[in-house]
Amino acid sequence: MNRQVAFWIIALLALVALPFVHRDPYHLHVLVLILIWSFAYTSWSIMGRFGLVSLGHGGFMGIGAYVTALLWNHLGVSPWIGIPLSMATAGVLALIVAYPCFRFRITGHYFVLVTLALSGIVLQVITATRDYTGGSLGYTPQRAPSGKGLFALQFDDKITWYLIALAVWVAGLVIWRAIDRSMIRHAMEAISEDEDAAAAAGVNVTAEKLKITLISALMTALAGALYCQYQMFISPDTVSGIAVSLQMVFAAIVGGVYVALGPTVGAIITIVLAEVLRISFGTKAVGWDNLVYGVLLVLFIIFLPKGILGSVIDRIKSPRKPSRGHEQQTVPIARR
Amino acid sequence: MQSFLDIFDIYLLEAVINGILLGGVLALLALGLNLIFGVIDVTWICYAELVMIGMYGMYYLVQVFHLPYWAAAPLVILLVALLGAALHFLVIAPLLTAPPINQLLATGGVLFILQSFATVAFGIDFRNLGIRLPVLALGEMNFSYARLLSFGAALVGMVGVYLFLTRTFTGTAIRAIAQDRQIMPLMGVDPKRIYLVTSAIGGGLAGLAACLLVLQYDVHPFVGLSFGPITFLICVLGGLGNFIGGFIAAFVFAEIISLGGLFSDLEWGYVLAFAFFIVMMFIRPAGLLARRS
Repeated sequence: MNRQVAFWIIALLALVALPFVHRDPYHLHVLVLILIWSFAYTSWSIMGRFGLVSLGHGGFMGIGAYVTALLWNHLGVSPWIGIPLSMATAGVLALIVAYPCFRFRITGHYFVLVTLALSGIVLQVITATRDYTGGSLGYTPQRAPSGKGLFALQFDDKITWYLIALAVWVAGLVIWRAIDRSMIRHAMEAISEDEDAAAAAGVNVTAEKLKITLISALMTALAGALYCQYQMFISPDTVSGIAVSLQMVFAAIVGGVYVALGPTVGAIITIVLAEVLRISFGTKAVGWDNLVYGVLLVLFIIFLPKGILGSVIDRIKSPRKPSRGHEQQTVPIARR
Repeated sequence: MQSFLDIFDIYLLEAVINGILLGGVLALLALGLNLIFGVIDVTWICYAELVMIGMYGMYYLVQVFHLPYWAAAPLVILLVALLGAALHFLVIAPLLTAPPINQLLATGGVLFILQSFATVAFGIDFRNLGIRLPVLALGEMNFSYARLLSFGAALVGMVGVYLFLTRTFTGTAIRAIAQDRQIMPLMGVDPKRIYLVTSAIGGGLAGLAACLLVLQYDVHPFVGLSFGPITFLICVLGGLGNFIGGFIAAFVFAEIISLGGLFSDLEWGYVLAFAFFIVMMFIRPAGLLARRS
């Protein structure tokens, strides 16, 4: 155990030291993107691993990004206050939609489609209020006057952003681990196997599901706000809507939803793939990255439902077990 | 004041009728999705993307190969039907025993594939058939023939499917397997074949919808996103697998969008429809026509 702790500390120190050794701005840019998206995918997986497949997370991310930017541009509210406010907005929305869902036992397909409607609403509202949000053309937070970068949470150098993103990403993993070791996890696993049995065993099904949804939504909104502050440009297509929701599901599943670093692996694979395709094919690459994603997603769901990292870890832990049968039994996703 | 009310009423009536016309096409889309869900118990998230491929098919047959519309339409219906069968054979069949969420996500992957395939193959330009159908003026109201035609063809398509399901042996087998999938193999029905036929019919309905939608809308790789989500919501609102519920829900949705669009932007019509959907899910979680348990 001590050796494991030592390993993680060394790995973390290496990650912190990285930007001071390797200063290539493009590489740092890609790393920041990977960290921010990893955090978003981790947030999704916190729910997704228990069979609560949500396509509404694009909506939460959009709220995080747009509320922060709108408060800054129109009211001059610093993102230090705006980000908590945007997270609260996303949390309230999550509770409003999720409470009745869980109360009335809307699960499986129905839950997926209700959350799909949620991200649809957010996308349409952003597009419809184009006088304030710029509509589908996108939106840029105003540049802060020089010297007030910290107040506005706007930094020009990549190293600062790398460290912020790293801290948030680590926080995401810590939250994952805390949940992994808490009662919530056992309760949620029981719920995803059989809601009635879990309720009979004394689990408050609605409350447990709400907790996990709230945590996930708050984290996703934070990811959206960070993405907005870093990129300084958001558009409905890149931070909200169904496509973003599907992107989260995709990356999380490719990496593996049942292990803490799975979503991160998913983010690394998808972003590096997109960047490599973009660099080697230029504008001709438009569409190719998604084509590869789509094929991978289908293949993964058919052949490796635990994702790359999940399967690799399985292979290391039990090398002799036939993998096929093993995978089948360990997909604890709620049936309707 | 009086004249203002008159104009207002005419617009209202026009919006209501346009809503009904829109509802016809939405009902057709919902029927295909419901059929797949009711029989195979799978949600094709990529259903609208099949429609998009069909719309491109129409564009190429009509604009590039100069086929007349009436000759191109059956070809496209056949093409999308084959695509539906292929989708089932390649993606759904290996996942039939997997958890339903995995099936749903796999079709989400197909959505990515079809969308980006269209981007790569056809580019992101907006294209249309270049066919302009005249506008029917009825008093002070205007209705495009494209919408009337779509509505009529959608109704014909739905009646055709209904007759197929009730009057033929295969149709009866499809309905039977939707009721009990364990017992039907014992009755001498091969479920694999039935699933393939159902998928082909579902695809064919998407093809028909494509032929009709291409008359009204430009086609681009992401056109599926503009009516795909609404189709799922209609199916869920009507109760997944419930044909009549889906039919009614399609018209309810179409009216909300049409009337919401009358009073404000079209987007607000959609927002209203989505919000209505979420509220309805809490009042009637199992669909409009479901009895509460």
